[in-house]
Amino acid sequence: MADPLLRVDKLVRRFGGITATDNLSMDVMPGELHAIIGPNGAGKTTLISQLTGQLMPNSGSIHFGGRDVTGLPSYKRSRLGLARSFQITSLLKDFSAIDNVALAAQAHDGHSFRFWGNARKERHLRDAARAALERVGLGKRADIVVSQLSHGEQRELELAVALATRPQLLLLDEPMAGLGVTESARMVALLKELRKEVTIVLVEHDMEAVFALADRITVLVYGRVIACDVPDAIRKHEEVKRAYLGDQHAVTRHD
Amino acid sequence: MKMPKLSASTAVAAAVCAALVLLPVYSAVTGNIFILTMFTRIVILALAAASLNLIMGYGGMMSFGHAAYLGIGGYAVGILAAEGFGSGFIQWPVALVVSALFALVVGALSLRTRGVYFIMITLAFAQMAYYIASALSRYGGDDGLTVYKRSDFAGLINLSNRTQFYYLCLACLFGGLYLIWRIVNSRFGLVVQGVRSNEQRMQAIGFHANRYRLVCFVIAGTICGLAGALLANNTDFVSPAVMYWTRSGDLMVMVILGGMGSLFGPVIGAIVFLVLEELLSQFTEYWALIMGPLLLLIVLFARGGIMGLLGRMSRG
Repeated sequence: MADPLLRVDKLVRRFGGITATDNLSMDVMPGELHAIIGPNGAGKTTLISQLTGQLMPNSGSIHFGGRDVTGLPSYKRSRLGLARSFQITSLLKDFSAIDNVALAAQAHDGHSFRFWGNARKERHLRDAARAALERVGLGKRADIVVSQLSHGEQRELELAVALATRPQLLLLDEPMAGLGVTESARMVALLKELRKEVTIVLVEHDMEAVFALADRITVLVYGRVIACDVPDAIRKHEEVKRAYLGDQHAVTRHD
Repeated sequence: MKMPKLSASTAVAAAVCAALVLLPVYSAVTGNIFILTMFTRIVILALAAASLNLIMGYGGMMSFGHAAYLGIGGYAVGILAAEGFGSGFIQWPVALVVSALFALVVGALSLRTRGVYFIMITLAFAQMAYYIASALSRYGGDDGLTVYKRSDFAGLINLSNRTQFYYLCLACLFGGLYLIWRIVNSRFGLVVQGVRSNEQRMQAIGFHANRYRLVCFVIAGTICGLAGALLANNTDFVSPAVMYWTRSGDLMVMVILGGMGSLFGPVIGAIVFLVLEELLSQFTEYWALIMGPLLLLIVLFARGGIMGLLGRMSRG
């Protein structure tokens, strides 16, 4: 078996008396779409934040591409090819859509201590940004200020920003959150395309989407991994059913 | 941004620029020397306010100690003059370098904090500079230091000539504004503005936010140091009072009044603030009682300041 792209080993993170990440280990293989599910408060976002470096673990380690990144700040992890989208949309609201994406491309195109030339006229940055926007279907909305975009468009823009950093690993924190039915379907179609190019870790509540997309699923409960397997096995997993899927059977039986 | 149509705010900015350029002519024709003196000071403080706007408006860094650089630039000129170094070619570079170094130290320490703490630390550093200057008994201490001879530029320009000095100040203002305009639209400027908008996001896409903020902070301090060197030449005098925290407050008021994050806003703000101060103080010594509520109205009802108001008017 190939080496994992991301290896999380015995990760622990406490907030006061609560252990949000409890001795958590998991591997993400290159090329896979690895979903993380779990009930509210299972520590999914806490985990993602530790993977990207916004939050430091109390103990344990994170290896990315064979390199120990446990102590690296988020901007350095981003340079290594780790990108995230935020659960609560986190964009530069007073910037246009294309500016948001172009800045992400700029971050990975040498340093930005350039004080004179007009950055908005740098062709290769604009082209890269436009390509990423086209990719997520926002090509026509490039010049709109983010605060004027719909919620669904902002979710797509989150994805375009992450893509523009040309990541090896994409950490998506509930990309479907708050989307309507058609928007969700568009997002699923988009993720199906993207997974061909980039390894994806997907945190998502929409079970239908998760089971349709994932190669493997890790189930978190109270910060612990209770199961990690292919979707069919997860569906049949007794402990998972008890802990989590109980009230969602109607959804998972769909397909 | 790419509207070729002349908006109200650009029109006003252009008109004000033209007026500033033609002011010495008016002064000469009418024999009104006072207005030239007054506007020399306004132009200098507009440059200081513009530099503050770079960090405050574009960078989101609420520095409450920006007047410190006025003092540092001024004292560099004053002290060197007192020690016999009259050449502007020595005085001015020293003023800029010392301002930059001070900004580097203040920035490196204060940028670890955010919000109110940042405001308080920048204020504390400026007050420290104020008390140090007060303690410089060799250079006048509390009473300040008279600059007996203005900076000497080897005959290139005579700073003691009112008109020449005014145009030098105006050139510095326009140069400073042009520099800020280039910076704001550059890669660097976009990063700084991005960090103001959403620091976490900027870190997540790969920017070391504080490094960019620090460099921006130093640039602003350096530009303000230039304004300080001009100011000392203008008043032929420099004293700790230039650095007092109320002066930092005045600069902030000019920026907010004119419009934070608008290139020309600080210039409008400086003109309106200082002209109002002059007019109101002729009526009453309690002019601040009128200025205060006026500022309150601007902050409450015209966020974006005067330039913001003009922008909205032109959009109808």
